[in-house]
Amino acid sequence: MQSLDMATTDLREVNATLQAQTSASNQTEWVIDNPRGAHAVAVGLDTPISVTVRGSTGYYCAGMNAGATIHVQGSVGPGVAENMMSGTVIVDGDASQYAGATGHGGLLVIRGNASSRCGISMKGIDIVVQGSVGHMSAFMAQKGTLVVLGDAGDALGDSLYEARLFVRGSVKSLGADCVEKEMRAEHLDRLADLLERAGADAKPSEFRRYGSARRLYHFNIDHADQY
Amino acid sequence: MTKTPTTEPRQSWTFSREVNAEIRRAAATGIYDIRGGGAKRRVPHFDDLLFLGASISRYPLEGYREKCDTAVTLGTRFAKKPIELKIPITIAGMSFGSLSGPAKEALGRGASMAGTSTTTGDGGMTEEERGHSEKLVYQYLPSRYGMNLTDLRRADAIEVVVGQGAKPGGGGMLLGQKITERVAGMRDLPVGIDQRSACRHPDWTGPDDLEIKILELREITGWEKPIYVKIGGARPYYDTALAVKSGADVVVLDGMQGGTAATQDVFIEHVGQPTLACIRPAVQALQDLGLHREVQLVVSGGIRTGADVAKALALGADAVSIGTAALIALGDNDPKWEAEYNALGTTAGAYDDWHEGRDPAGITTQDPDLMKRLDPEAAGRRLRNYLNVMTLECQTIARACGKSHVHNLEPEDLCALTMEAAAMARVPLAGTDWWPGKGQF
Repeated sequence: MQSLDMATTDLREVNATLQAQTSASNQTEWVIDNPRGAHAVAVGLDTPISVTVRGSTGYYCAGMNAGATIHVQGSVGPGVAENMMSGTVIVDGDASQYAGATGHGGLLVIRGNASSRCGISMKGIDIVVQGSVGHMSAFMAQKGTLVVLGDAGDALGDSLYEARLFVRGSVKSLGADCVEKEMRAEHLDRLADLLERAGADAKPSEFRRYGSARRLYHFNIDHADQY
Repeated sequence: MTKTPTTEPRQSWTFSREVNAEIRRAAATGIYDIRGGGAKRRVPHFDDLLFLGASISRYPLEGYREKCDTAVTLGTRFAKKPIELKIPITIAGMSFGSLSGPAKEALGRGASMAGTSTTTGDGGMTEEERGHSEKLVYQYLPSRYGMNLTDLRRADAIEVVVGQGAKPGGGGMLLGQKITERVAGMRDLPVGIDQRSACRHPDWTGPDDLEIKILELREITGWEKPIYVKIGGARPYYDTALAVKSGADVVVLDGMQGGTAATQDVFIEHVGQPTLACIRPAVQALQDLGLHREVQLVVSGGIRTGADVAKALALGADAVSIGTAALIALGDNDPKWEAEYNALGTTAGAYDDWHEGRDPAGITTQDPDLMKRLDPEAAGRRLRNYLNVMTLECQTIARACGKSHVHNLEPEDLCALTMEAAAMARVPLAGTDWWPGKGQF
């Protein structure tokens, strides 16, 4: 286990050290102590190392992650795991706005709540929020899956493309072109797999599925009031 | 019998044929007009400025003999690896999707031969472009289509796009007919749907957030790559100051004549300021911060000639960027396709329905047959020639003003032909020592 203490090591050195690891490295387990809300912690990692952050972070923790497993034992600021390509990011606490924004792949698990615009413009990432999500979550979401064990705020899935949304609790309102859809066996299987990988204690049958009505895929003046 | 004289039929200036045609089109379709390109209206521009040239008090440099340097380095503020260019003219961001793969390749070829950079656009980085561009600027856009760690690290600079001159405050639009399998795959969208590019970034709002976003990009790329911030010509003084405050190495400032792949005509013609009006406020912001020349300013929007380049530099820019002019150099709107332009209801020079993907020149299209019309090697050579001519023209003017580097051009070398241009450029009206806003006439 390798250790980096941000009380004595600056951000540049922390990130440079982690980014310097290669697939041939045998230093695969890392711990970061005293993050103290720092921004851009453990960003741009592209090797399958494991990083545990003991404490809370600021903006963009695990940004553009590509293969690493990053576990934050605290809460995170805006844009955790933004544009993640692959790998896993786990947050024990809550997440601020834009969690998983534009993520292309990998798994983001938030054990607490996520604020507004969770999964905005997501492009293939899977996100499991064990608490609730705020308004405009999955706005313009393109691909991937958002699973919410709690409730969803206003305008869920506004202007949605092909991302799949599963919510166990209540949905305050659906956004433009987002509708409830039939839960078929393939969706239950997908949900069961994600819940298991996220370590979430919930049954797939308790969820409802939401997706795009695809009415806004081609501009039509008769739909102008929905934009 | 004597015929009574009659008045000539008189068209209204307010309700011109063009205006009436648009009213009829809108009434028939119920949708606003979408097109590519920049503002077509007449606005005060570089044509309204003149260089004074050398005189008794200033002596010129000898053409072909005395050196007039054109090199420019972008990104000297924080980046470990600034971009060094041989000429102060770069290629502006244009998307793969809007442009064909061969067109992107041609831009890379031409720019590299001339010693300058090209820029990606919405839709990600293509192999054609990376492979043929010696210096490639990777745009970081609100849509983040195709954005990935590998491409970010193989870029030579990163341009965070906040806005563009054709549509400050607007996003992009690519209609379904151009969303082929390849384009859709790069953008993670279904084939054939109309796709929108967001108008603001998904994970930051305001300059304080932008500062942290830039920190993240620098941390991801080891503080090596210059970070540009591109702004539309909306509030150039404050936007430049805020971009600098946020940590930009380079500010790219795009006026309303700067082109877009597609947006509403009403947006292009009625939002944003002319390029000429934007430069001095931006330079003023840099000067007020004590960072003029340390944070470089790249100006775009309606640059066509070496004279335009020289005028932009004289007003304080470090470099310029071209988009529309580069496409014309490749072969866009060439009269040799006039019959086909006519068949599309337009004429060479006026064709701007780039979003429809039926470009006879094979540049703004994803149609495989049309794309074949553009030979990227020949088109690249044309772009190189054009860039070389603009550079020679700029040097000619600079030497005539006695400058051994094009960056030594200054506002004192200029006068204005109109009151408007004098006010915007803050240079004297020709024949006077005054411009509006400067003391009494």
